[in-house]
Amino acid sequence: MLEIKDLSVSYGAVRALRSVSFEAQPGSITAVLGANGAGKTTLLRTISGLVRPRTGSVHFNGEELLGRRVETIARQGVAHVPEGRGIIEELTVEENLRLATLWCLKRRERQTAIEEILELFPRLMGFRHRHASTLSGGERQMLVLGRALISRPRLLLLDEPSLGLAPLVTAQLMGLLRDHATGTDVTVVLVEQNARSALSVSQHAVVLNLGEVVVSSSAAEVAADEGLRHHYLGF
Amino acid sequence: MSLFFNYTLNGISNGMIYSALALALVLIFRATKIINFAQGAAGMMTTFIASSLLAHGVSYWWAFVLVLAIGFAFGAMTERILIRPLQGKSELNPVIVTIGLLVVLEGVAGAIYGNASRGFPAAYSQSGLTFGHSRIAFSHFDVFILVAVLVLMIAILILFRATTLGLRMRASAFAGEISRLLGVRVGILLTLGWGLAGIAGSLTGLLVAPTSSFGPYYMDLVLVYAFTGAVIGGLESPVGALIGGLVTGLCISYVGGYLGSGLEPMGALVLLMVALMARPEGLFSRPAARRV
Ligand SMILES: Nc1ncnc2c1ncn2[C@@H]1O[C@H](COP(=O)(O)OP(=O)(O)OP(=O)(O)O)[C@@H](O)[C@H]1O
Ligand SMILES: [Mg+2]
Repeated sequence: MLEIKDLSVSYGAVRALRSVSFEAQPGSITAVLGANGAGKTTLLRTISGLVRPRTGSVHFNGEELLGRRVETIARQGVAHVPEGRGIIEELTVEENLRLATLWCLKRRERQTAIEEILELFPRLMGFRHRHASTLSGGERQMLVLGRALISRPRLLLLDEPSLGLAPLVTAQLMGLLRDHATGTDVTVVLVEQNARSALSVSQHAVVLNLGEVVVSSSAAEVAADEGLRHHYLGF
Repeated sequence: MSLFFNYTLNGISNGMIYSALALALVLIFRATKIINFAQGAAGMMTTFIASSLLAHGVSYWWAFVLVLAIGFAFGAMTERILIRPLQGKSELNPVIVTIGLLVVLEGVAGAIYGNASRGFPAAYSQSGLTFGHSRIAFSHFDVFILVAVLVLMIAILILFRATTLGLRMRASAFAGEISRLLGVRVGILLTLGWGLAGIAGSLTGLLVAPTSSFGPYYMDLVLVYAFTGAVIGGLESPVGALIGGLVTGLCISYVGGYLGSGLEPMGALVLLMVALMARPEGLFSRPAARRV
């Protein structure tokens, strides 16, 4: 379980997060929604150690994550798919995948794991030796998602995975996420602009506005609240 | 024709040396976007250490190996002590620090060993090889230069292409933040990169010293040529450094041979200008990658 308490982050004078608290359960997806600049990316970057908060705590399965190094947090089973440029363009598709297995899998398990991921995303199969810089936007998203899954994370942080994807691909991707979350005990935090599709696969939803939590409740309740949807989610 | 042939041989031999130092510059630049202006001076310093070792009766090959190891340690320490604390601010700050280090190293070398140039032994004979009746401008020592630099290049390529350590190093160099998110200990790998560059720098120092006026400043011009080669090669890839160094070596050899050796630095400057203007990101780097 991911427990975030009283988290506040500032960039100089900009207060990006103000006393944010919520919990995310294993085996479920928690959607984090909100307008541009609401603090969603900052929240994920704080959890994975890239940003140091002013106050607050981030516990995962009872352990404090704050104050640890980014790579240490990753090695505790936290996979963060960053916003936008998540792939390493100078490496091939297969190298991108292999890189994520180095700390967690034994030498002979790595190739099997890579094959499993490529089977999950058949489009990538033929591109395995291509430089990641030659992939289309959608293929890149498949690659970053596959790379996150390959280390079998216990906490999966996704920052706008559907950015730039065709609606059909987004639907497939969301379905895949839902299957993955419910089939295992992974905790998924899903940041999305596309609130409607995010809510359709999530169990829980947190709405941020100007760095503050407006609502934290079940996804169904948030989806049903017309005022909330209108005001903060734009649908 | 035979003049041209000899200038070419001379250019290849010098070019290999520039390639080695260009490789050092590239290893650091692609990981940290820093041009290490002290790279040549560090090689000068370790060559002085080699000179002292030789004077104390250590054999050439022991001194050779030791000095490469010292070069590694010096490079790694430079990163940890001088460069790491400046991380995250302007990329110009560490570059200025490397210029400071260059000046300090040359000052220290001058204070300890004096500014006069002295001799440094070559591993092999420096007189040209003979084929039948003709003697060519390529000695046993030039063959050694060729082999030593190629071995270094191939070792680095194997490291990068065929090992997981190399995969980690490339990933950290190209995308530090993403690599850290994937559990890669980027900090230690950057230090390792500076260490490898230190080996290449030390090797250059040892290879240049016998054929130049070995003293505190003998690497300055070599650094300029190596930088030219690195820019021609695109500042990103070891293979680019090899090709860029060779091109620079050949051009300078022709300029020196046909127009007079005093014009060599001028030739390098023109070459550098052309390389920078022809393609701001260098000739052998991949076109700017597409972003999402
Ligand atoms: N490195 C930074 N330096 C200064 N301010 C920043 C920095 N990163 C983010 N901010 C500011 O913090 C606030 C929250 O940014 P954040 O990126 O977390 O928003 P977001 O919810 O992810 O937005 P989007 O939906 O557009 O991605 C914004 O006002 C932003 O301008
Ligand atoms: Mg964002």
